[in-house]
Amino acid sequence: MITRFLWQGMGPSLRVAVLFVLAIGIILPLLNQLMPASNALYVPAWVLQLIGKYLCFASLALAVDLVWGFCGILTLGHAAFFALGGYCMGMYLMRQIGSRGQYGNPLLPDFMVFLNYKELPWFWHGFDQFWFAAIMIVLVPSLLALALGWFAFRSRVTGVYLSIITQAMTFALMLAFFRNDMGLGGNNGMTDFKDILGFSVQSDATRATLCFASALVLAIFLVISAAVVGSRFGKALTAVRDAESRMRFLGYRVEGYKLFVFVLSAAMAGIAGALYVPQVGIINPSEFSPGNSIEAVLWVAVGGRGTLIGPVIGAFLVNWGKTYLTGALPEVWLFALGALFIAVTLFLPKGVVGLWSQIRSRGTTRKAKVPA
Amino acid sequence: MKLGSILKTGVVAAGLLAGAAGSALAQGAPIKVGVLHSLSGTMAISETTLKDVMLMLIEEQNKKGGVLGRKLEAVVVDPASNWPLFAEKARELLQKEKVAAVFGCWTSVSRKSVLPVFEELNGILFYPVQYEGEESSRNVFYTGAAPNQQAIPAVDYLMNNEKVQRWVLAGTDYVYPRTTNKILEAYLKQKGVKQEDIMINYTPFGHSDWQSIVAEIKKFGSAGKKTAVVSTINGDANVPFYKELGNAGIKAKDIPVVAFSVGEEELAGIDTKPLLGHLAAWNYFQSVKNPSNEAFIKAWQTFTKNPKRVTNDPMEAHVIGFNMWIEAVKKAGTTDPDAVIDAMIGITVPNLSGGYSAMMPNHHITKPVLIGEIQGNGQFDTVWQTPGLVVAEEWSPYLPDSKDLIADWRKPMNCGNFNVVSGKCGGKGK
Amino acid sequence: MFFLRLLTGVSSALAVVLITATAWAADLQTLVTNLTTGGFGDREKAISELVASGEARAAPILEALAAGQLYVRKADNVVVIGKADGNKLALSEAVSGKPAGSGTEAELDRVRVNNRLRGVIEAAVGSLTLMSPDARVRRDAADSLFKRPDPTALGALDAAIAAEKDARIKTAFQEARAAVVLTSDASKQDKLAALEVVRDKGNRDALSVLQAAINSQSDPEVKAAATAAAASVRQTLAGWEAAQNVWYGISLGSVLLLAAIGLAITFGTMGVINMAHGEMVMLGAYTTFVVQDIIRTSFPHLFDASLLIALPLAFLVAGVVGIAIERGIIRFLYGRPLDTLLATWGLSLVLQQAVRSIFGPSNREVGAPAFMSGAFQLGQLTITYGRLWIVVFSLLVFATLILVLRKTPLGLYMRAVTQNRPMASAMGIRTPRVDALTFGLGSGIAGLAGVALSQIDNVSPNLGQGYIIDSFMVVVFGGVGNLFGTLVGATALGIVNKFLEPYAGAVLGKILVLVFIILFIQRRPRGLFALKGRSVE
Repeated sequence: MITRFLWQGMGPSLRVAVLFVLAIGIILPLLNQLMPASNALYVPAWVLQLIGKYLCFASLALAVDLVWGFCGILTLGHAAFFALGGYCMGMYLMRQIGSRGQYGNPLLPDFMVFLNYKELPWFWHGFDQFWFAAIMIVLVPSLLALALGWFAFRSRVTGVYLSIITQAMTFALMLAFFRNDMGLGGNNGMTDFKDILGFSVQSDATRATLCFASALVLAIFLVISAAVVGSRFGKALTAVRDAESRMRFLGYRVEGYKLFVFVLSAAMAGIAGALYVPQVGIINPSEFSPGNSIEAVLWVAVGGRGTLIGPVIGAFLVNWGKTYLTGALPEVWLFALGALFIAVTLFLPKGVVGLWSQIRSRGTTRKAKVPA
Repeated sequence: MKLGSILKTGVVAAGLLAGAAGSALAQGAPIKVGVLHSLSGTMAISETTLKDVMLMLIEEQNKKGGVLGRKLEAVVVDPASNWPLFAEKARELLQKEKVAAVFGCWTSVSRKSVLPVFEELNGILFYPVQYEGEESSRNVFYTGAAPNQQAIPAVDYLMNNEKVQRWVLAGTDYVYPRTTNKILEAYLKQKGVKQEDIMINYTPFGHSDWQSIVAEIKKFGSAGKKTAVVSTINGDANVPFYKELGNAGIKAKDIPVVAFSVGEEELAGIDTKPLLGHLAAWNYFQSVKNPSNEAFIKAWQTFTKNPKRVTNDPMEAHVIGFNMWIEAVKKAGTTDPDAVIDAMIGITVPNLSGGYSAMMPNHHITKPVLIGEIQGNGQFDTVWQTPGLVVAEEWSPYLPDSKDLIADWRKPMNCGNFNVVSGKCGGKGK
Repeated sequence: MFFLRLLTGVSSALAVVLITATAWAADLQTLVTNLTTGGFGDREKAISELVASGEARAAPILEALAAGQLYVRKADNVVVIGKADGNKLALSEAVSGKPAGSGTEAELDRVRVNNRLRGVIEAAVGSLTLMSPDARVRRDAADSLFKRPDPTALGALDAAIAAEKDARIKTAFQEARAAVVLTSDASKQDKLAALEVVRDKGNRDALSVLQAAINSQSDPEVKAAATAAAASVRQTLAGWEAAQNVWYGISLGSVLLLAAIGLAITFGTMGVINMAHGEMVMLGAYTTFVVQDIIRTSFPHLFDASLLIALPLAFLVAGVVGIAIERGIIRFLYGRPLDTLLATWGLSLVLQQAVRSIFGPSNREVGAPAFMSGAFQLGQLTITYGRLWIVVFSLLVFATLILVLRKTPLGLYMRAVTQNRPMASAMGIRTPRVDALTFGLGSGIAGLAGVALSQIDNVSPNLGQGYIIDSFMVVVFGGVGNLFGTLVGATALGIVNKFLEPYAGAVLGKILVLVFIILFIQRRPRGLFALKGRSVE
């Protein structure tokens, strides 16, 4: 019943989008699994991995859009939540390696062995259980967002000040995770994963499943976001974005609205990060780099800020472009990417989605003119 | 449709590989060679040169008629100093482009990132940079130095020739300096150096304000004992470090600095006159005088159309690795990875320091170790050289957990981490 | 000239044995040839033989050897001294000192030395140049003897002390003598007296000599005295260390200020979240490189002025690029500050890659002019000229900027436009032109920062990336739109960072500073010096 309620709450184009994402997540992995390698319809595993990666990025972009597009909080630190989720997953995957590491130590991951750790640091306990890791994946980014948001929104830090402190947060985390003394692998991070839930991460079936899971998660996020945005709560949120002081004067507890959506968004980013790590096979402090957060914002801008389909389209477009251009034009691809960002901000202030509605509205106005 | 066409070329290539013997491939498609070096981002500064070297080597080989009667074709991609992108691009090179071998990576983390991909898809990677050791993969050939081929001889030199008694181990906080310093610390203690005569300091990547640390080094050095700095500071941070050293008036005569990550390329960005006499340990210097090196420098400067372009150690490593791969492909008569991997061991090619380097069963190569002093013109003068070639210790005997391990990729052992105590493959072998 | 006068000095000090001119030359010939053959061990022996011979030419030959300027000409095996002269080397025969034409590195074999030999030569030349007429040379000789005490130099030092007129150099000689006495087998009283002299010198080198004495002296009384002296020196130095941290903090603060001050205009007053700011700094640094490159090849005598020439050019280059950016991109985005972030981020990617394509990805060499090299002592504080000039320069730039904003019509217009655009426009100010000039000014100042940063950091395409985040932190911490906030913010963050570093380490220190900024913004959501006003956004 709830699903039906949610389904009806969505606009028709969003329904199409959710179905499309699910279709990708089901059909491609099935083609990979069922078709023989010689068939023209066969999807090789590396394509699946790419799609899986894009889907995770799309989830991150959606999370950014929820706070930026609908609540006006320009976060330049969302990659931190993404990376924290990734690290929780990485820790689980590291514990699953067991004695198959280079040194064959059943308890300690390789990097701890050669840094002479004698026992597991306290915060590594529990991560051998998937359920614990799964809770942490949601909890760690949420708690960080709660702490940061609680202080920031209460003291009415807004605008660029908020952007800069989120950037300071992710930068500080990056520096901290780079330290080998943190016990999280330093610059090398975590890699060479073997199993997830008992299945080999290198098998095609696992990859197909992970790709499907990423699509499912994105679809669920879309539905949740639509529900949040479409509700009364969502209307208030948009109002906060457009006229925060007025909302406050009207008696709304603005901080509460902001905090809720900020924490929700951080949790979404964390889950996306957790799905990302087993698919790319590495998690490392450079995921915290401020540039990554800015890029996530750019995906949203390219796709269309303040819409729910926009970030998904933007994330796919930019990342596919990156994949293609770094192979096809390795020397000049940064020119193309940079030019894209400039062009989008100049000519498509509402992103690709905005372009679409612009064309459509122009079409309708023309039609409207004909009979007259 | 796109997938289909990719697939078709893949099938054709596979068919060619499987079906035909070496000579029948004479008119075959070119052999693809992957080049996986960052051309943008923070590592572009070091890696772009290596991409150029690979292009030059491939061009030269093609002038000689390629290999197995087929031309070589370079497939260049840009992993953009982004570690997950390294893995993605490696997969693209192996699965989509079907390259016969990949030359690439610089940082340890990029190697760690692509390692599972190469092992899964049975590719071949040539890794040209000095690194921390503690690894040996069947699919990777390490043409850079292991710690015992660089760090330990350098420390020996300082101890014996400059009578150094006090040591500053300064490094960037990542795995190579951490491991190297661990090995050196154990080694120095074994040589009778006391704990209070060793100072260890780590700085972040790209550290640019060295005033406090240089002052600390100065302080540590005024204890009445000859002091030296062993620097594992990473590329970018070196220029400000040396500039600060020069300005603070720390001369090599007083406190020599021996570096493992500073080569001709890094020095090209500094006025080296104040640095006269500071040291570096490598397996190759541009200033080494012998015909093959002179020919290489000339070819390189012609290729880059820059008569001042310098050469450095990782470039030499790629030259050695590439020549070894060519020899192995000729020996195996095919580019099939399994055959080439088996053929690689024992291949010996001339290096540019005037001798020969051989691929050992641990997938590392033998190298001479050269200690050089920085000159005013940005070059190094070799002041000491190991009498013979040094075999790499991929598992350091100075670290408690790796001292029992060896790697040997010959049959029947075929293992990268064989425990000689328990007699089993796989670390502890329990 | 100098060596001629040196000849008399050296011969009187070492009592040269007179020999006939021909035999003299022949003998020197073999000594010099010995320098060029064999390994480093043979060379060390040859050096001491040359010094012992008392030849007048010994000092210049050894100095050339230490400086790597002694060569063997491949064509005729003559040992020559080569001094850089444009792209070639001007040669003179080592033995006679006569000019011997010119040559290139390729035609010559350099005689190699290592650190150990350089030390040996320095000590030898030190005792040879104690009587030099040049006060600076004498001082250096005393310094090198202090650092590397050689018991055989005692006689020469006594002679030099007796002859010395300059009081400061005399003290230096006496300190050197004290260090020498401590390494010799002098009597207990002499050593105790020497310890006092060294203690009074009181710097790190003195501490090093005292520590060596503690390690090597056998007499318990001398040992105890040395320990006490070392403790007293250490105490003095500890006091200076705090001063040193303040200085380092100011110096780091000046770098932050330079990097941030341009951003304080483009971001602080115009509200453009200018992610390409770092690239403007980079452009300034590359301008410096180009200027130096041209000067090196065409006008080598102007090298010391290269930075001064680069300053206006860097300002112009970065400023013009800034104006082009404003006209081409930013002006369409006013009122959409967050969109400027996206566009300028794209722009920074393009600029980085453009510089990478033009200049190559590797570091470029920017040399330090003479007035920026080296260091001087202020008490026990070593202050490097480079850092000092950067501090001075950053304050100059800051002061000039304040003057421009307060006292010039342009400054007035700028303030008017940023405070109330429609009203300024209504008063007849051409706001678009002022916008472009303001952005150009901010970018130009970033270019100036690039000239200064080229002295302490890599000149590479990544240069700007290293400063952009710090710059934003400084501006936001100080209070957006307030230039004095930027000044105070930069200095405060610099000093805090440098006081944390010795205790927490470089990485943790930086993390703590970032956490501090985050917490500070919670307390004062508008930065250190918030603009006062009644407007609610």
